[in-house]
Amino acid sequence: MENIITIRDLTVRFYTYEGVVHAIDGLNLDIRQGETLGIVGETGSGKTMTALAILRLIPYPGRIESGSIAFFDRDLHSEIELLKLSEDKMRSIRGNKISMVFQEPGAALNPVYTIGDQISEVFLLHQRRELGKRAKEQVDRSLRDGDGFAAGMKRPFWRWQRRLYDKIAQESNLFEPRFLSHVPFFRRLLWRLKDESNLLTVDMLKDVEIPDAARVAIHYPHELSGGMKQRAVIAMALACSPELLIADEPTTSLDVTIQAQMLELFRRIKVEKGASVLFITHNLGVASEVCDRVAVMYAGSLCEVASVEELFLNPSHPYTKALLDAVPMPGKQLQTIPGQLADPLNPPTGCRFHPRCPSAKPVCQQEKAKLKEINKDHMVACHLF
Amino acid sequence: MSDWKFMVRQLVKNPLSLAGIIILFIFAFIAIFAPLIAPPPEGHLDNYMIPRDGYSATPKLPSEEHIFGTTEGQYDIFYGVIWGTRSAFHVGLLVIGIVLVVGIVLGSLAGYFGGVIDEIIMRITDVFLAFPALILAMAIVAALGPSLKSVMIALCVVSWPSYARLIRGDILQVREEDYIEASRGIGASNFRVVMRHALPNSIYPTLVMASLDIGAVVLAAAALSFLGLGAPEGYADWGQLTSFARNWIVGPSGDPFRYWFAVTIPGLFILFFVLAWNLLGDAFRDILDPRLARR
Repeated sequence: MENIITIRDLTVRFYTYEGVVHAIDGLNLDIRQGETLGIVGETGSGKTMTALAILRLIPYPGRIESGSIAFFDRDLHSEIELLKLSEDKMRSIRGNKISMVFQEPGAALNPVYTIGDQISEVFLLHQRRELGKRAKEQVDRSLRDGDGFAAGMKRPFWRWQRRLYDKIAQESNLFEPRFLSHVPFFRRLLWRLKDESNLLTVDMLKDVEIPDAARVAIHYPHELSGGMKQRAVIAMALACSPELLIADEPTTSLDVTIQAQMLELFRRIKVEKGASVLFITHNLGVASEVCDRVAVMYAGSLCEVASVEELFLNPSHPYTKALLDAVPMPGKQLQTIPGQLADPLNPPTGCRFHPRCPSAKPVCQQEKAKLKEINKDHMVACHLF
Repeated sequence: MSDWKFMVRQLVKNPLSLAGIIILFIFAFIAIFAPLIAPPPEGHLDNYMIPRDGYSATPKLPSEEHIFGTTEGQYDIFYGVIWGTRSAFHVGLLVIGIVLVVGIVLGSLAGYFGGVIDEIIMRITDVFLAFPALILAMAIVAALGPSLKSVMIALCVVSWPSYARLIRGDILQVREEDYIEASRGIGASNFRVVMRHALPNSIYPTLVMASLDIGAVVLAAAALSFLGLGAPEGYADWGQLTSFARNWIVGPSGDPFRYWFAVTIPGLFILFFVLAWNLLGDAFRDILDPRLARR
């Protein structure tokens, strides 16, 4: 099976006034076609940065230093090197082929636009040709069925609209429609694009199980509950049927019952749309629920990747073991991991985890361990193996 | 639409802002119907030049012919203040309009892109802000030659930096919001992110400042005119009318208030114009303040 994303030796650094922050350090990670890969780890372990690096949205002063991220495009059936794409090409991938759900649904929605406006923006950005085609059919219907005096008056305008939409349907970025869309009054000739995108938006909202979708679409974000907002954000991410959906802690800010609904929604989406999902979480329980494979990250590097059962039944890396012990359970003494998260400014030499590792060996201080396959589908980066 | 209704209702509900609106409407009425209120005399070449009735330096008291009297050089005060309303709107709105455009463009460039662009633009504003505004404006007008146009250029030059600063600060704050990152995540271009997502969330403080500043700009223009650096002599401009009256603020001994009208009437016009904009600006600040609950 092809990998949809192949990350090799990815290094991300932040050049701050205090020094160089090693956010991601030589990361190798594959996301397979159609799977849900979970990334777990503590705060600051580089989970979110991995996701942002795939979209090439690392915020200033961060930089992707080296490495490669290859994306397998199902439609083109070819592999694209994301880090070498031009910014224009990258924009046509973001939100279209790879999209992202952010952690805080309230913050990820712009407070000054309605939910519907924000979702239809995705369609207007990426599916102009499709919208143009639908709008043309709409005009054709009006031209065919319209009669009487009003229709007669509007007919010339409909012809003009039809020509415009025809142009958009063939090539989304032609001069005439683009120019007219910036001119007041003439902009109204293109209203059917917005109309069509609103229809698609309502369908999308229905798809993420929002009741009374047409009414919710004209609400502002502050008028909705957290769960509804998260559904809207997911709808926005799914609008163009992306091949990869990145979910950055999508359930963290929701209460438990809503969390369960969201996880169910993610599972259904994956099955229905055939999308691959990169699921970032620090909640091991959530990870065990939705993921097919889980990757454990610590201080910017990968510790262990395995299928869910393998990882939870047979954790091999000392950090994974410690992490699993740190899950609170009734009737069990809570085990914490001694020491502090590695300082990203001056990371420890060798294995990042060795100062906190109960079974550290002298070699751990000197050398970083390579990923080794210790079992089928089970990779560990540790000197113990 | 409901936002507009809400705003209008709030404006009308508050007696102070209502007063501001009424005064402004009166001024707008005066400006629009200036040719009917103070018709220029037959054969007058430039409507904005105040007609004069002789060359005597001593002001004449209000009479049938000159309702507000005449000022030094026999310029008709009534004609001057009526047509001067047009100059005031012209200066205030044009300067603030230009300053808003320049400030928003440069400020959002600096705030959104940060880094080197931010450094360069902000150091330039530092240079401008390091001079006392009115003195820099005087120097610019003196260099360009006194005219209403150079007054406007000078006021633009001295006031854009504070707008650029203000909008930059707000953009800096908004750009860290998740929805900005989310909008980049759906593939919006930088231009689109700034125009559609960053600016609508950060422009209100700037608009409030602009409405408060229209009065201040008119005041500064009047000050420059008063110092003899504004409109050409005889041009209908409130600052110039007060400047004509400079020698007649105190009348002859024994009758100190003899020429009161010469300075008071143009002064009152300036006062009410600036007051109206300030009242309106205050009301805007209350309405647009996001911290106040809206509905």
